[in-house]
Amino acid sequence: MDFFKFFGKDDNTSKDIAKERLKLVLIHDRANVSPKFLEMIKGDIIKVISNYMEIEEKGFDIRLSRIEKDDDTYASALIANIPIKKMKNIGKNNG
Amino acid sequence: MGEVIVITSGKGGVGKTTTTANIGTALALEGKKVVLVDADIGLRNLDIVLGLENRIVYDLVDVIEKTCRLKQALVRDKRFEGLYLLPAAQTRDKNAVSPEQMQQLCEELKQEFDYVLIDCPAGIEQGFKNAVAGADKAIIVTVPEVSAVRDADRIIGLLASSELPDPKLVINRVRTDMVKRGDMINIDDTLDILSIDLIGVVPDDEKIIVSSNRGEPVVAETSSPAGKAFRNIAKRILGENIPYHELEVEETFMERLRKLFSSRKSTRSL
Repeated sequence: MDFFKFFGKDDNTSKDIAKERLKLVLIHDRANVSPKFLEMIKGDIIKVISNYMEIEEKGFDIRLSRIEKDDDTYASALIANIPIKKMKNIGKNNG
Repeated sequence: MGEVIVITSGKGGVGKTTTTANIGTALALEGKKVVLVDADIGLRNLDIVLGLENRIVYDLVDVIEKTCRLKQALVRDKRFEGLYLLPAAQTRDKNAVSPEQMQQLCEELKQEFDYVLIDCPAGIEQGFKNAVAGADKAIIVTVPEVSAVRDADRIIGLLASSELPDPKLVINRVRTDMVKRGDMINIDDTLDILSIDLIGVVPDDEKIIVSSNRGEPVVAETSSPAGKAFRNIAKRILGENIPYHELEVEETFMERLRKLFSSRKSTRSL
């Protein structure tokens, strides 16, 4: 019998599990509440990336996704797929 | 000129009506003139919780449709000086009222009363839109359960887009024993998840059910922990700085022992 378990709390108390689950689901809920949300991020990313490369805006795909981490827990990730047309030259000069 | 506060939650059954009744009564006990508006048309309940169900003649829809004057529909609570109820219609549905009409009604009530508290129906449809239409401020009631917290978050988002930012949170039915065991989401977790300001923590209290059985608001009872929590919320609404006693979890002997052991355990595992 685990002596410490008898006295102490489990590392993963049910409220910790509840909190983790809530945090994850709310990321998605909040993103869905405003359809503008991803469009705003998309616009800003295009602005920044365009300084370095020419991108194909039509093929730009951005979404919120859930990824599995090494320790079997889940995390939310913002996944963007950005097709590049051409690199700009400024990158080289700064190196 | 008074202030209109809507009490809302998204999820049903978390204690909106009880909260409305008790904060309202507590504000009246503080000497304010208060009207409680039941915006849950078709599912009238604030009257029975307050013990005023036998005194209703006209209702909110009658006022809006001008079947009667506003003063005729207000039920005066004879036990608490300054407390009034505007009951919901029971035989109509939510579409009998529009947000514009509610806004107008609130404007009128604000002239007469220091505080206008609106008991919002559950859900996010027409009834919710009506209830928040005339509000200046919002109080969100939640309980420490995943479903209620999630719905509260949705409501916070909706309030922000209805020009009601900065709502305050009431965490209802907190069970200290479960929080201590780590089996109930605690206050800090809830605030961390929802990132809004707290205005009260109400412990789970059997007296709430007893008092609604009798139709007597629990704030009138000095021995009830929930009653005290509701009185504190009223004082905070009035601008008093009341510390959150409810948050202080007393450390018991067993917990000190547990901490001692768990710190040893971690040293050993190094």
